[in-house]
Amino acid sequence: MAITDNTNFEPKILAFCCNWCTYTGADLAGLNRMKYPDNIRIIRLPCSGRVNPQFILRAFQKGYDGVLVCGCHPGDCHYTSGNYFTRRRFLLMKRLLEFAGIERERFQARWISGSEAGKFRDTILKVTEEIRALGPNHRMKEADIYD
Amino acid sequence: MARAGVFICHCGSNIASVIDVEQVAKSAEQMTGVVYAATNKYACSISGQEMMKQAIIDHQLDRLVIASCTPRMHETTFRKMLGKTSVNPYMLEVANIREQCSWVHTDKEKATAKAIDLVRMSLAKVLKNQPLFTSSIPVCKKCLVIGGGIAGIQAALDIADGGYEVTLVEREPSLGGKMVMLDKTFPTLDCSACISTPKMAEVGAHPRIKLMSSCEVSAVSGYIGNFEVTIKQNPRYVDHDICTGCGLCEEKCPTKLKSSFDQGLGQRKAIYKLFPQAVPAKPVIDAQHCTKLTKDKCGVCAKVCPLGCINFADQESYTTDTFGAIILATGYQLIDWGSHYPEYGGGAYADVISGLQFERLVNASGPTEGKIKRPSDGAQPKSVAIIKCVGSRDVAKAHGYCSRACCMYAAKHAHQTIEKIAGAQVYIFYIDVRTPGKAYEEFYDRTREDGAVYIRGRVSKIYEENGKLICKGEDTLIGKQVTVEVDLVVLETAMEPAANSGQTAALAGVSADKDGWLTEAHPKLRPVETQSAGVFLCGTAQGPKDIPDTVAQASAAAAKVLGLLAKDELETSPMISAVDTSKCSGCRFCEQVCPVKAISMIDIPSIYNGQKVKRTVAQVNSGLCSGCGACSAACRTGCIDLLGFTNKQILEEVDALWQ
Repeated sequence: MAITDNTNFEPKILAFCCNWCTYTGADLAGLNRMKYPDNIRIIRLPCSGRVNPQFILRAFQKGYDGVLVCGCHPGDCHYTSGNYFTRRRFLLMKRLLEFAGIERERFQARWISGSEAGKFRDTILKVTEEIRALGPNHRMKEADIYD
Repeated sequence: MARAGVFICHCGSNIASVIDVEQVAKSAEQMTGVVYAATNKYACSISGQEMMKQAIIDHQLDRLVIASCTPRMHETTFRKMLGKTSVNPYMLEVANIREQCSWVHTDKEKATAKAIDLVRMSLAKVLKNQPLFTSSIPVCKKCLVIGGGIAGIQAALDIADGGYEVTLVEREPSLGGKMVMLDKTFPTLDCSACISTPKMAEVGAHPRIKLMSSCEVSAVSGYIGNFEVTIKQNPRYVDHDICTGCGLCEEKCPTKLKSSFDQGLGQRKAIYKLFPQAVPAKPVIDAQHCTKLTKDKCGVCAKVCPLGCINFADQESYTTDTFGAIILATGYQLIDWGSHYPEYGGGAYADVISGLQFERLVNASGPTEGKIKRPSDGAQPKSVAIIKCVGSRDVAKAHGYCSRACCMYAAKHAHQTIEKIAGAQVYIFYIDVRTPGKAYEEFYDRTREDGAVYIRGRVSKIYEENGKLICKGEDTLIGKQVTVEVDLVVLETAMEPAANSGQTAALAGVSADKDGWLTEAHPKLRPVETQSAGVFLCGTAQGPKDIPDTVAQASAAAAKVLGLLAKDELETSPMISAVDTSKCSGCRFCEQVCPVKAISMIDIPSIYNGQKVKRTVAQVNSGLCSGCGACSAACRTGCIDLLGFTNKQILEEVDALWQ
């Protein structure tokens, strides 16, 4: 594969956000009129513990360049323990994806509370730039298999 | 075929100024499954809702996508609207194009493209939605109050007076908590016991309040309206059903101990009432110190008891009861300052005492009958140093928070010292003086006029010299070191959550913050509710506060409980887990991950190789399930799914984006 210039590349990033923390934090970022790149699409879930590994695989398969899983800070889960399962599942998933050749920056987890609008914006800014630097995800994208 | 309607809200100019809403509507019209798409100035307004209702009729819509503000804002509004139409309220998805699009992006073209994506995503999801229906659960019209301090007392009385049964559980042998230990309350200086003991007596005599002293909550299961609570009765060794509280046993008991109620300054017996006006007014035996129980000697109490109430073989017992609501009023304790402040002697100097010890000294029913005496030699102190913020506002040593009540009771202690001891010199070391409250600032002013000397600065060291206590500190207003020589030092120590309050709260599914204070559902708008439906909190369990605030919060919690108990049935959310028993293998993974114990296993009849067999499968308790979805992510066969957020719906969302 030829070395490509990624400056004009607009990554597609999918974020699975817990309704009680990060989704609310994203709403607060809006309320405070904070600005961040439009590369992100959010799927609202009741809890980060709802994220089935299948969703993440499907996202990479469909051609997303990065996936974020966002939940409540450890100890703050609305349902007491959901984010602990997320954390363990995330670590396993990350090892699997790295084994499959997906760069670590493409799959990240963050704990962002409902009041941390600034942290939400900063996370989106940082993750977008990290993934932009990596370039498009070809590794798991289904269309590429048939190209 | 699905007949979806898509409505794009302008939200005045909030959305329309950044996103080309007409363009979004045009794109939506082209999407599969959409039969009608339109824009609306304010979708949430009455006219906006009427327009959507009309469109449902005109175009025979069976599901809706509304692209507007966050679903956290108006999803409920729109669901209520659909309740009045032919469309099931759960055949709705809200695309968040305000908070997460128009307000955070400036490029109109990109924002419009993103809005179209978000609409496509919501549409993909709504096409997989199924109608859902709420169900109802009965409400047990009884409340459990945990903690018998002034907060628990007030809440219990308010609820019982409202006509509902209350069980009040108190860990100590008597009601009263901390308030009844105090001498006078600021700023009115009315006697604390005189205003709290009548309330205690009222609880004891109330026909609808069951008082359980020397009891602790050991297990909580169930859910709002139907909590199943196990209460542990610690052994009292005295049969309270027979005991009349004559006091003969207490009089004859030979074992003398330091009284915890008097903060170690007074004495009590091994069989004792916490204090004279205790409710229930009957004694208990301190098992750790009773010589009959520890060494099998004595037994005098049993010999003198005219009714034979003493039972040395008493054991802890458990009872289980059902409650519709729970109030946590577990209160506070004072910091163990000795371990945090070795520079103040760490407890080695008898005349360095805590504010609560001072309360007992100055209290007419206390160990000195209200005379302020030095604990070391019983002499009357001529000079007193009062040190504030011991453990509060001191991140390096203890806690970062302000304990709120100390500024006022420090002023009260100064006032009482000056009033009781002619010519007494009082120094108050402070960081700031905080007096937000009705008539509080005036009280502080009066204390200064009384002659109390306020020195702005912390004390860095206390040591003893020639029978005097030397306090070295800094006066930060003049920037100089100060040394004062006094007879008595009173430390206004920090409030901390009561021991084990966190564990008790956790039983009811309530979490605590970093300092251990119990967390309310919303700091401003839901101050007495918790994240656990049906569980409420009040008083210092939630954070440091003074008596007026505690009582106000207790009544607020009671009002919430009354509102809940007034209902015969509660509507439950239908967005809960459901099991496809045909696929379930009974592996029990879901049971283990469920945070609310909503999943249990049942045996169902099945046919295997032509034989009738029984198969174990999971079942969900709809009253308990909180809809988190942990089970569905854990399920290996994919048989358990979260209604409203099914695997299929979410995968459709993933697929739909960025086409």
